[in-house]
Amino acid sequence: MTPVVAALDVQTLVDAIGQGAVYALMAVGIGLVFGVLRLVNFAYGQLIMAGAYALAFASAGGWPVWAGIALCYVVVVALSLVMELLVFRPLRTQSPAVMLVTTFAIAFILQAAALVIDVRDGTIGQAATSIASLNRAVTIGGADVRKITIVAIVVTLVTLGVLALVLGRTSIGLHMRAAAADFATARMLGVRANVVIGSAVLISGVLAATVAWILTVQQPFVQPDFALKETIVVLVGVVVGGIDRLWTATLGGFTIGFASGIINGALPTDKTVFLPSVLFAFVIVVLLLRPQGLFVRGRSSVVDRV
Amino acid sequence: MSRRLDPAVQLLGPCLLVVAAGLLAGSVSRSVEIDVLSAIVSVAIVVSIYVFIGNSGVLSFGQISFVAVGAFAAGVMTIPLESKQGVLPDLFPLLRDHSIGNLPSLGVAAAVGGTYALLVGMPLMRLSGLAAGIATFAVLEVTHNVLREWTKIGPGATTLSLVPETTGPLQATLGALFVIVVAFAYQRSRLGRMLRATREDGAAAEGVGINIHRQRLWAFVLSGALAGLSGGLFVHLLGSITADQVYLEITFITLAMLVVGGTGSLLGAVVGALAVSGLDSFLGRAEEGAGVGPLTLDLPQGSRLIILGVLMAAMLILRPAGITGGREFSLRRPSRGDTKGVGQ
Repeated sequence: MTPVVAALDVQTLVDAIGQGAVYALMAVGIGLVFGVLRLVNFAYGQLIMAGAYALAFASAGGWPVWAGIALCYVVVVALSLVMELLVFRPLRTQSPAVMLVTTFAIAFILQAAALVIDVRDGTIGQAATSIASLNRAVTIGGADVRKITIVAIVVTLVTLGVLALVLGRTSIGLHMRAAAADFATARMLGVRANVVIGSAVLISGVLAATVAWILTVQQPFVQPDFALKETIVVLVGVVVGGIDRLWTATLGGFTIGFASGIINGALPTDKTVFLPSVLFAFVIVVLLLRPQGLFVRGRSSVVDRV
Repeated sequence: MSRRLDPAVQLLGPCLLVVAAGLLAGSVSRSVEIDVLSAIVSVAIVVSIYVFIGNSGVLSFGQISFVAVGAFAAGVMTIPLESKQGVLPDLFPLLRDHSIGNLPSLGVAAAVGGTYALLVGMPLMRLSGLAAGIATFAVLEVTHNVLREWTKIGPGATTLSLVPETTGPLQATLGALFVIVVAFAYQRSRLGRMLRATREDGAAAEGVGINIHRQRLWAFVLSGALAGLSGGLFVHLLGSITADQVYLEITFITLAMLVVGGTGSLLGAVVGALAVSGLDSFLGRAEEGAGVGPLTLDLPQGSRLIILGVLMAAMLILRPAGITGGREFSLRRPSRGDTKGVGQ
């Protein structure tokens, strides 16, 4: 057995599934907003970062765990709704490219704001440790699995299940699917734009808050660039999977999280330094050859080509 | 005044602004001089980005890649031979055992930037809109990753230092003027006009026989070469550089400059670069707690990027055509017309 294969044990596999699950949640958050607004939110990672800072604030103040998590949800959802009101709404009629550049600016604003708030105590970074006990391992079938991995997988499955019910069985879900398919026609048939977009942004905010507390267990030290790398990788996964449909976007997010989990677990660090290049070169190839996404059948309407 | 002079006036406006900045750089204290010079180099960078984004209307996050390869090429090639083998022992022999002067290094920077843009652009110029935005972002990520990790072509994760600081007031001003003149000549040329036609209406432009892919590729390569040259000016200004200095933050700041000035005109790129650089230096000083002139502001660290971000977002939301509204410099009363922002 070569060392590469030997390193690929059950533990790596479970960890990779856990990472894929978290990335899938982020992919859903990005994909939902894209569906109704045609907007790729570069600032999604900064929403997660804000949630992580809320948790750090709560654990510094000695708040009970439930209060810290509640604060995290309140902060992230409020921030999402403010973003929709101040930024997305006036830009709704603009082209996707203009919206993309604007969310790029918003991402920088939020990251710099975190830095400003953060350095008042003289150091960069805060610790969010209130739910760090989930980082302990339990032994299942001979493999050491951290509790948070199980929590992440279960939370993701439950969330995706609930979301499928909301989208499939409720009238707001129907409206959201209609808006994602054809916004103009949906509005003509009585779908209210603000309600649909508001709900999508709200759900995506809830997902960001969920990702925030899961990630703080693995990375308890919260800095202004918290979740930035993860968001960029998820954006890649979403585009590669197919951003035009929610399920392909989610699958893309999961796949890229799972794959990078396996690769990082199996290869030594000095072998993975060029991994980002391979990843992003892959994105370019997919955009050129299958612009609708790897997991999408048929042609997509979203990527206009020359 | 005769209408025949209009093009000359249009070119004169941006050039005078840069020359004025260059003269200012020669007459102020050393610490302010650095700020003025970096503003002039920013003009070169933003104008080279404008050559592609402004004329084609296609969004690109990737132009800083060409600044980066230009800066690294010019930097690596001008480190004196006697210290090069010591600080960069892992380089390819060709790079390790040769060094060139200041002017040739700027030529090399432009050539490397242009060649890289050609290689990247050939496949990528088929994309537009959102796909172009994401693909060019991927180019930036790949470039940063390779420059940061590959020690055979550069310093890797460490700082590239000992680069001769040859970008003084004269070189900065002449360099920026060169970039402006080339950009202006291009946008008034047959090729430039064909590309601007595809920006206004792709279908109509194709209808009159314009090959959109080819026209975008021309602009992308020219933009890449000018960006490479600007990168050369940049590294010779700083004397040292890291891969992280030519990555996300400078991409954000230069895009903010272009958006604030107005993506639709050369004047917009120049005005935006100078105005935002001025504001940026002022805010940078305020963050350090130093007073500027009669004003004494003490801003916390990081507030510089907040203010620039708010300015950029507000401009995109309220006035997508920027300060200049897509108009070139003119002594006449402004007329309606050519006021397109990016991607509209």
